[in-house]
Amino acid sequence: MIHKLTLQDHATQPHTVRGAGQDVGRSCILVSIGGKNIMLDCGMHMGYNDDRRFPDFSYITQNGRLTEFLDCVIISHFHLDHCGALPFMSEMVGYDGPIYMTHPTKAICPILLEDFRKITVDKKGETNFFTSQMIKDCMKKVVPLNLHQTVQVDDELEIKAYYAGHVLGAAMVHIKVGSESVVYTGDYNMTPDRHLGAAWIDKCRPDLLISESTYATTIRDSKRCRERDFLKKVHESIERGGKVLIPVFALGRAQELCILLETFWERMNLKAPIYFSTGLTEKANHYYKLFITWTNQKIRKTFVQRNMFEFKHIKAFDRSYADNPGPMVVFATPGMLHAGQSLQIFKKWAGNEKNMVIMPGYCVQGTIGHKILNGQRKLEMEGRSTLDVKLQVEYMSFSAHADAKGIMQLIRMAEPRNMLLVHGEAVKMEFLKGKIEQEFSIDCHMPANGETVAVTTNPSVPVDISLNLLKREMALGGPLPDPKKPRTMHGTLIMKENSLKLVSSEQALKELGLNEHQLRFTCRVQLQDPHSDSDTLHRIYTHLKSVLKGYTIQHLPDGTVMVESIVIKVSSCAEDANTKVLLLSWSYQDEDLGSFLSTLLKKGLPSGLC
Amino acid sequence: MKLYCLSGHPTLPCNVLKFKSTTIMLDCGLDTTSVLNFLPLPLVHSPRLSKLPSWVSKDGTINLEKELKECAGRVFVDSQPEFCLPERELLDLSTVDVILVSNYHCMMALPYITEHTGFTGTVYATEPTLQIGRLLMEELVTFMERVPKAQSATCWKNKEIQRMLPGPLKDAVDVWTWKRSYSMQEVNSALSKVQLVGYSQKVELFGAVQVSPLSSGYSLGSSNWIIQSHHEKVSYVSGSSLLTTHPQPMDQSSLKNSDVLILTGLTQMPTANPDGMLGEFCSNLAMTIRAGGNVLVPCYSSGVIYDLLECLYQFIDNANLGTTPFYFISPVANSSLEFSQIFAEWLCHNKQSKVYLPEPPFPHAELIQTNKLKHYSSIHGDFSSEFRQPCVVFTGHPSLRFGDVVHFMELWGKSSLNTIIFTEPDFSYLDALAPYQPLAMKCVYCPIDTRLNFHQVSKLLKEVQPLHVVCPEQYTQPPQSQAHRSDLMLELHPPPMPYRRCSVLNLPFRRRYERVYILPELANSLVPSEIKPGVSLATVSAVLHSKDNKHTLQRLHAIPNVPKKRKRVPEEPPVLLGPKPLLSGAVPLEAFLATLQKHGITEVKVEETADGHILHLQAEDTLIQLEEDGTHIVCDNNEPLRTTLRDLVLRFLQRL
Repeated sequence: MIHKLTLQDHATQPHTVRGAGQDVGRSCILVSIGGKNIMLDCGMHMGYNDDRRFPDFSYITQNGRLTEFLDCVIISHFHLDHCGALPFMSEMVGYDGPIYMTHPTKAICPILLEDFRKITVDKKGETNFFTSQMIKDCMKKVVPLNLHQTVQVDDELEIKAYYAGHVLGAAMVHIKVGSESVVYTGDYNMTPDRHLGAAWIDKCRPDLLISESTYATTIRDSKRCRERDFLKKVHESIERGGKVLIPVFALGRAQELCILLETFWERMNLKAPIYFSTGLTEKANHYYKLFITWTNQKIRKTFVQRNMFEFKHIKAFDRSYADNPGPMVVFATPGMLHAGQSLQIFKKWAGNEKNMVIMPGYCVQGTIGHKILNGQRKLEMEGRSTLDVKLQVEYMSFSAHADAKGIMQLIRMAEPRNMLLVHGEAVKMEFLKGKIEQEFSIDCHMPANGETVAVTTNPSVPVDISLNLLKREMALGGPLPDPKKPRTMHGTLIMKENSLKLVSSEQALKELGLNEHQLRFTCRVQLQDPHSDSDTLHRIYTHLKSVLKGYTIQHLPDGTVMVESIVIKVSSCAEDANTKVLLLSWSYQDEDLGSFLSTLLKKGLPSGLC
Repeated sequence: MKLYCLSGHPTLPCNVLKFKSTTIMLDCGLDTTSVLNFLPLPLVHSPRLSKLPSWVSKDGTINLEKELKECAGRVFVDSQPEFCLPERELLDLSTVDVILVSNYHCMMALPYITEHTGFTGTVYATEPTLQIGRLLMEELVTFMERVPKAQSATCWKNKEIQRMLPGPLKDAVDVWTWKRSYSMQEVNSALSKVQLVGYSQKVELFGAVQVSPLSSGYSLGSSNWIIQSHHEKVSYVSGSSLLTTHPQPMDQSSLKNSDVLILTGLTQMPTANPDGMLGEFCSNLAMTIRAGGNVLVPCYSSGVIYDLLECLYQFIDNANLGTTPFYFISPVANSSLEFSQIFAEWLCHNKQSKVYLPEPPFPHAELIQTNKLKHYSSIHGDFSSEFRQPCVVFTGHPSLRFGDVVHFMELWGKSSLNTIIFTEPDFSYLDALAPYQPLAMKCVYCPIDTRLNFHQVSKLLKEVQPLHVVCPEQYTQPPQSQAHRSDLMLELHPPPMPYRRCSVLNLPFRRRYERVYILPELANSLVPSEIKPGVSLATVSAVLHSKDNKHTLQRLHAIPNVPKKRKRVPEEPPVLLGPKPLLSGAVPLEAFLATLQKHGITEVKVEETADGHILHLQAEDTLIQLEEDGTHIVCDNNEPLRTTLRDLVLRFLQRL
C-alpha cells in the first residue's frame, strides 16, 4: 500500500483518485516529480503480524527492480512506522540506491530495528523476517543528511532537510526538481517540548506540502496543563501505594518524561523508585548527549554545566522488581503494549485497581494499547486465556505530533500551492481538509492507501536574458517600477540544444550570423495647402502633435518632420504651388504607425491650424 | 565587481566584495601580532616585570618612563595589549550587507565591525564556528579583564615619538587605529547577529546572489564560500586543509568553474611538515618529562589541541608517560572539550562513525575519565592545590602576552629542565619569548599548520581551474627569508592579482546574462520557428516585472481601447506595442515575380541595377527595389496594394 503522487507539468486532466482507506499504521509514500521517483519513508505497521505489516512493493516491482525505478529513499525519523520496513525493502525486495536520513536517525534507527527484530524473531519465533546482517547491509546504503544542507542527489534532483522536532533527528524534507518542489513533513511538532525544539521551515512555496495529520482535529490544551495532569496522576497513584506503568519507546518521548519526573521528584522530595526498563536506557541517553545540537535551545545552552540526560532518580529496571511491594514508576518498552517488557509488566499489574497504566502516545489498531484505550476490559491473550483489566488506564497525549493548529501554522510558514494529508484517520482528515481549503484556498488531497494523486504544477521557464537587453528595458521603466506603466520588452528567444537565451533582435542576428533585411516603404501623399512649403511642414508638425500623444515628434532644421523614425518631407507640385506633395518614408519596424500616418495625412489638414 | 582589502594579514583576512548590488564582507580577521609589542600581563604580581627599566632614547630627549620598558635590548609598551583592526576608512562599513565567516580564527574582529560601524546586516557562520568562536572571544575577554591595567599608553603613538623608537615599534603601522579588547557585552551583541548555516546550504541574498559554505577541512565547521548568481561564480577560499585531521574533509569539486577565486589562508609554515612536527612534539615532550622537567605548550583552546591530545592519547602509554599529569588551563577549557564532542556532523568519517556506537568522537573524553587529563579554568582555585610536577600544561595565549601561560613562563623560565614547545604558527617564537629573556628553559619550535601549502594549492587550482585568482601579495613572491625558493610562491597563468591592505581591485568580470522567468501563459503563446537545424527562434514581446531582484516576463495584453466621449480625430493612433520584428534573408527575383503573377500583377518591368533589381509595376505605377539586404516599396495612394505587396515580400523573409 503505497501512496503514489505524481506531479505533472501542464497537466490538464483532473486528479486521478482510486480506492479509499486512511490509517495511521505506517508511512510509505512514492512521489514522482519532474521524472524522478522518490520514496518517502518506509515504515511498517505495528498492528499486523503478517505480510500486511510491510508496504506492498509489487506495485513498483512488477515493472522491474526497485533500484531502477527509485532515484532515492528518504527516511524522516527513526520511528518504526517510518523506517521499520527499510531492511525488508533494501535487502529482501532489493534496492541499492541511496537512502537519506539525518545523523541521529542513522545512529538510532538500526538499534530500534534490531530490537524489533529480536522481539519478532527470537521471542515470537517468526521466520521470513530480516536478519541482523540485513540491517547492517541496509545501513551501509545510508547517506547522512545535515540540516539545511542542499544535497544534490543527481544533476536535477536536490533535497534539503529541515528540523521537525518530534523525536531526536526528525526531519522534514524539501525535494526539488527544476522549478517543481514537494515538502514532506514526516511527523513533526510545532511547539518546543522539554527536550526538543519546534519544527521550522522557510517560505519555500512548494508545489505540494505532504503533511502528517495524526492529530488532525485536536487542538491540544497547553503543554503545561498536560504535564501538570500527568504529574498529578502519577503522584496520586504513588501516594496510595500503586504502581505506575508507562509504556514508551526507548528513545524520544521517554527522555522527555524522564526529565519531567526527575525534576518533579527533586522538587517534591519523593522517594518512590523510578525505573527504566531495558539496557537501552544508558545508551539512549548517550545518543542524546552526543546529538545535543538537535535538542532544544535551553538544553543546548546549559549542557556544559549540567547535562539534562544524566538522571539521578531514574534507575535501571530488573524483571524481578515488578513483584516488589510498594509504589514504583516503571518506564517500559515498547510503547503500544504489543510485545516485550511493557506487556509482561502490564499482565502482572493489570489485576490491581490501585495500579495505573499511562499511555503517553498514540496506539495503532490491533495493539493491546489501542484496545484498553478504547475501554476494553477483558483481553484475549495468546493461548485462549483472558485478562481482566482492573488497573486505571490513562491516556496522556505526549506524543509530539502537530495538532490542527500546528498544521495550519506550517502551511502559513511554507506557503504551499497544494496540500496533501497523510498518516491520519479519514474522518479527522476530512475536517482539517475543509479548514485548509477555506483558510488558504488551496487544493487539499487525502489519498487512501494505494491511491494515486496527480497534482498539476505550472512552472515558469527559466531563461538567460542578455544583460544589455535587460538593462535597456529597466532603464526605460525608470529606476522605480511604476505599476501603472508596465515595462514592455521585446527580444528574440534563441533555443539551442538545452539553452534558452533571450537577446535583442539585433544581437540574435549577429549571434546566428544572419544578415538583416531592410524593408522600407515610401508613399507620396498629395495635399491642398496654400502655404509655403515650410509653413505646410510646420502645420503638419502641429497637427501631428495634437493627434499623436505620447509619440516623439520632431521638426528638424533640415526641413523634415520625424515621427519616431518616420520621415516626412514636403515639396510643392511643379504645376500648382498650392498642391503639396508629402513624402513619407518608414521601415517595416514602424509599419503600423507609417500606415496610420499615410491614411491620416491623405485626409488633409484641419482648418484652423496655425 | 570590486574587492576592497581591509587586512594585510594573509591568514587573518578581511575583504569586502561588491557583487551585483550586494556588499559582502569575507571574514573578519583580527591581527593579534600587534600584541608582541606589549609587555606580558602577569596573573600574579611579577617582580621581574615590574622592575624592568624604563626606556630612554640615547640622547635622552624622549623619556616615556611610564609607557616604555626595556627588556634584553627590546622595547615594550607597558599597557593593556592592543590589536590591529581591519581597515575602517576604505569604505563605509555600514553599507556591508552580510559578513561570511569561514572559521573561528577569522572572526575575532567581529565585535569591532558589527558594534561600531553602523553595521545592520547579518553574519553567516556554521554552528561550530559560532560556538567555538564565542569561546575564543570569551577567553580573550577574560584574559584581559581579570588583570585590568590602570594605564593606557598613548604617548608613544605620537608620530614624532614613534619615529625615534627602536624597531620593531618604529615600523609598526597604523598604531593609532590599534584597539584594546572588546567587552563580553559587545561579543554577545555581535554574535546575536549570526545566522547559522550548514555546509552546502544555499542562502539567497536579496534574490540577487546565492552564497553557500563548503567544508574546508581545516577546523571544526570551517568553510570556504561560494558566492554566485546564475551566471557568475566567485569562490572564496580561506583556511583549508587536505590533511586528515578531525574535521570533515575539504570539498574541492564545488570550487570548479569559478570566474574568480579569492585565495587566502595558506600555511604560514610552508617548509614544516605537520606530521614531522607532531613527532618532534611528542619526542621532546617525553624527553623533558623523563628528565624531570615540565612541558609548557602555549596554544589556542580549540583546534590543533584536539589533535595533540589525540596524538598523546596514543603516545603516552607506549612512552611510559601514563602517570604524568596533563593539564589544560583556560577559562573555556571545559567548554571547548565538551563542545568538540557534540559536533558529529562536522567531523571526519572515522569520528562520525564513533558517534553511532555511541561513543564520544574524541579520545580526550577517555583521558579525562581516567584522570590523565585535567582541565581548569585558571591557575587559581583547585589547580593550585592539585597541581603536581613534572607535568604538561596546555594553556594560552600563544603570544605569551596574556593568559595563564604568562604565569608558567615566570614560574618555569629559569630552569633548563623545563621545555616550552611552540605548536601554534601565528607568532614568531623569538618575538614571543623576547620579554622573558634571558631564559634558561629549553625552547622547541614545532609549528603545526595544516593549511594548504604551495604544492597542494597549485594542484588544487589545476583541478578546479578558476579563470582568475586573487591572493595576498605575500603569495606572489617567495618569503623574504628564503628568497631563492621559487616553489614557495604561486605561479599561475594568468598571474594572480595580488592585494595588500587598502587595495581596491576591479575584478575582471563581465556579466553578460541574467536569469529571467517566462511565466507559463507567455511561454505557451510563443511561436518558435526553426531557423537552422537545432536552432529555433521566437519573438518575445512581454511585460517585464522586477521584484526582489527576480525578473519575470508576463504576457502582453493589449490595452483595451476605452471609448472616449469626445472624439477629436476619427481614428485613434495605433497603440505603441513596440516595434515589429527584425527581418532576415533575401527576396529571390524569380520566385517573387511568380508570386506577383499569382496575385494578378502581371505587367512588371524588371530593370537590373548595381545592387539588384528595380521592379516597375506599370499598371499600378509602383516601384519595388529588390536588393540583397533590403527591399524598398514605393507606392502612392494605394494602401491595399501596399499591404498586399508587403505581405508578399514578408513571405520570403524570416522574422526575429
